[in-house]
Amino acid sequence: MKPRIQICGETAISVELGDAVDPDVNGRVHDLCRRLRACGVPGVLCAVPTYRALFIHYDPWECSLERLLLGLEEICEEPPAESAGGRVIEIPVCYGGECGPDLAEVAAFHGISEEEVIALHAGTTYRVYMIGFTPGFPYLGGLDPQLHTPRKSVPRKRVAAGSVGIADSQTGIYSIESPGGWRIIGRTPLVLFDPRREPPFLVEAGDFIRFRPMSREDYERSRA
Amino acid sequence: MNGPVLEIIRPGPLATVQDLGRAGFQHMGVPVCGAMDSWALRLGNVLVGNPLGEAGIEITLGGFEGRFLRETWFALTGPNDSAFLNGAAVPAWRALHARPGDRLSLGLAERGARDYVCLAGGVDVPIVLGSKATYLPGRFGGLEGRALRSGDVICAGPSGGRILEIVPEAMRPRYTSEMRLRIVPGPQEESLSESSWEMLLSEPFQVTERCDRMGCLLKGPVLSHRHGPDIVSDGIAPGSVQVPGSGQPFILLADRPTTGGYTKPAVVASFDVPLIAQALPGWVVRFERISVWEAREIHLRREYFLRRSAEWKHTVDLFSLKEGPSHMNSWSFSDSRRRGGHCK
Repeated sequence: MKPRIQICGETAISVELGDAVDPDVNGRVHDLCRRLRACGVPGVLCAVPTYRALFIHYDPWECSLERLLLGLEEICEEPPAESAGGRVIEIPVCYGGECGPDLAEVAAFHGISEEEVIALHAGTTYRVYMIGFTPGFPYLGGLDPQLHTPRKSVPRKRVAAGSVGIADSQTGIYSIESPGGWRIIGRTPLVLFDPRREPPFLVEAGDFIRFRPMSREDYERSRA
Repeated sequence: MNGPVLEIIRPGPLATVQDLGRAGFQHMGVPVCGAMDSWALRLGNVLVGNPLGEAGIEITLGGFEGRFLRETWFALTGPNDSAFLNGAAVPAWRALHARPGDRLSLGLAERGARDYVCLAGGVDVPIVLGSKATYLPGRFGGLEGRALRSGDVICAGPSGGRILEIVPEAMRPRYTSEMRLRIVPGPQEESLSESSWEMLLSEPFQVTERCDRMGCLLKGPVLSHRHGPDIVSDGIAPGSVQVPGSGQPFILLADRPTTGGYTKPAVVASFDVPLIAQALPGWVVRFERISVWEAREIHLRREYFLRRSAEWKHTVDLFSLKEGPSHMNSWSFSDSRRRGGHCK
């Protein structure tokens, strides 16, 4: 699909590269994002890769819309860069129990055992399509269709940081304590976001994630 | 001069340290935050000789009281017209001078939700992810990532810019309880049905109780979608008018999430965002559609005037402070009134 530009007020545009949630479309979004950052168009405040579009915040004082579009056109004409590919990050997860209060429900919903849910969830490499919702929250695609589960009808007021959840075809990790309606099947002791740490973020859009089951004892030990 | 400058006696319902926010981490899911009414904060900084983007104290719904710990210039900007220094009324939109022990208090907000206290030298808090702005849900930024409390002491950084006596009327925002917000097409302009677009542009909408730093929910005729309210999540511009399944518009403000999965048929132009940021429940909003080109022209004109503020009349060199208050009385209307008319 030819890039489609959507005006979003006078300080942002969205460059849409496709209509569906698709690894290839998302790969092109990240590629465009990398190249835009590399050529450093002045006045671009932030380029935010999302599932199928690159959302660009700009300062009209520093950069006219025409100039931004011209810059994007030039970037789009170049052949795609050899993608270095994202990192693969392993995330240890304590599934079930207090850490994953909805694991039993998810298993029951699909008529499989909790062990099968864990095996399916930890048996895939996930693409980080985008980061959003809260600081450092990765939206992961590639969830096994056997695990697609609707959100809770009443969201929880508080979901602990590190909670691993499922919402329809997506899975993700709560990066800070926040309200949320995803089905929580486990929790990682890793800290996804700490503004006082360098780097503050564990995962970036374009990375890949694998989950590794860990015991409750290991979970407690690694938090200590 | 660095150091402690203001002690919080009463913060009111909510007071936080805010600057212009952190735009550069939205790809990491970090909300921009910053002053809800950035126009008022920037003008406050102009008054006290700070860089435009310096941090100030955002006071929500008034009810604030503070005690100055040393001599300083400060300014109050925003819609509140009941501010007092040691019990005597002081005007907003002017550079004011305080002595150690002076008490600043704000009455309850009736003309708008948020006011700003800017101190010469700004607010000395750590810069987190490129900004001093407080993000309450994330518990970082500002003073220890939290709202201000009684007993907190605000420290200022080094000052030394040129202060401005007064913000000319023409440069002040025109706050009103019956506002007209100019909107520019958003990423899902086509998502609303034609009749809903007509309603959006002709009917009044009322500000509801759900109105905070994240956004402002409006109540009005129910807007309907062509193909449903859900989209594949995309980015969110400041001032985005989000229309979820309820058909009621939600205007996304400073603490908005960076991405979202509801349609955004329009975006409030950046220069009108400060007006809706001041809205109180029951206020009335009407929308007027302008093109992105018109919006840009207005945006650039405003920026031009603001960035040339150093050339506005009546600027005084802050170094004249050394000559003491009697010198200052010779030009500062507000100071002379406070001290019983000692001006020449």
